[in-house]
Amino acid sequence: MTKITIIENVNKANDQIAAQNQALLDQSGTFAVNLMASPGAGKTSLLIRTIETLRGRLLIGAIEGDTASQVDADKVATAGVPVIQINTGGGCRLDANMVQPALNALPLDEIDLLLIENVGNLVCPAGLALGEHTNVVIASVPEGDDKPYKYPGMFIAVDAVVINKVDLLPYLDFDLPAFRDLVVGLNPDVRIFEVSCTTGQGFDEWANWLVQECQERTGATS
Amino acid sequence: MHELAITEEILRITVEHAEKAQADRVTDIHLVIGDLSSVVDDSVQFYFDFSSPGTVAEGAELHFRRVQARLRCRQCEQEFEPKSQDWHCPNCQSLGGDVIQGREFYLESIEVV
Repeated sequence: MTKITIIENVNKANDQIAAQNQALLDQSGTFAVNLMASPGAGKTSLLIRTIETLRGRLLIGAIEGDTASQVDADKVATAGVPVIQINTGGGCRLDANMVQPALNALPLDEIDLLLIENVGNLVCPAGLALGEHTNVVIASVPEGDDKPYKYPGMFIAVDAVVINKVDLLPYLDFDLPAFRDLVVGLNPDVRIFEVSCTTGQGFDEWANWLVQECQERTGATS
Repeated sequence: MHELAITEEILRITVEHAEKAQADRVTDIHLVIGDLSSVVDDSVQFYFDFSSPGTVAEGAELHFRRVQARLRCRQCEQEFEPKSQDWHCPNCQSLGGDVIQGREFYLESIEVV
């Protein structure tokens, strides 16, 4: 019997492709955001409202990740931006290998900001690199304020948390200060935004942050 | 669910190293999995039993070494292992801390004959 020591990261193959993806994005001057959330948190609505808010400031493209269907891509396409749908065939998250052909199919030279909507899931997508420059989780008010306790792996892996559906705060038992404390406790450097896709509340701040991050990374201006 | 893709990758790395060593077969595979890496042992085992037949790793025993999450408190620097729903420092009660352990996920070694 022979023991062979390996010590190889099981996600190494993914991470190598993710590095290629990021190099491709950097070459085109495209800033990519990996948007994660549970199903129904408002990822697609946030994406569409973000596109509308940034119209004239940044050229946006989108990748829609879903287990099945073209529904989200069709919705996003009505906002007039290039969009590619990835169906994972039941898979619980996007990986770098799925994203690569989508990047090749998009006119990256004409995209400053690429919004990648991951599969709705607060567990599996956390920490798996796609080639993105920043990671964002959307948490919506109806989901409850205890999500960071239940999914710490997600909340420690992101650069920003967007609290969506804040227009519903008066009607629901969601303790906003407690939620914010929890998030900051887990991840002290995280940016937190409070938004409503219905009323547009908070979108200026969120959009300005995206523009700033995008410019810092790529020097893009409009 | 992503354990299928993960298990195929574990199998790929295993076969690659076993072939390099000109082994007849792999008897044991040692994996290290941090509690924060969202990988479920039973699920990896299930997909391994499904994917490994016909490869040099058929019949190999999977060993899972779980690594508990470990945090360092940012206030008092106490190191502690958070309980599933409680990430408060047992010393000063402040919430959270820097993750110093628990995100591991790697293939440590294999045993071959």
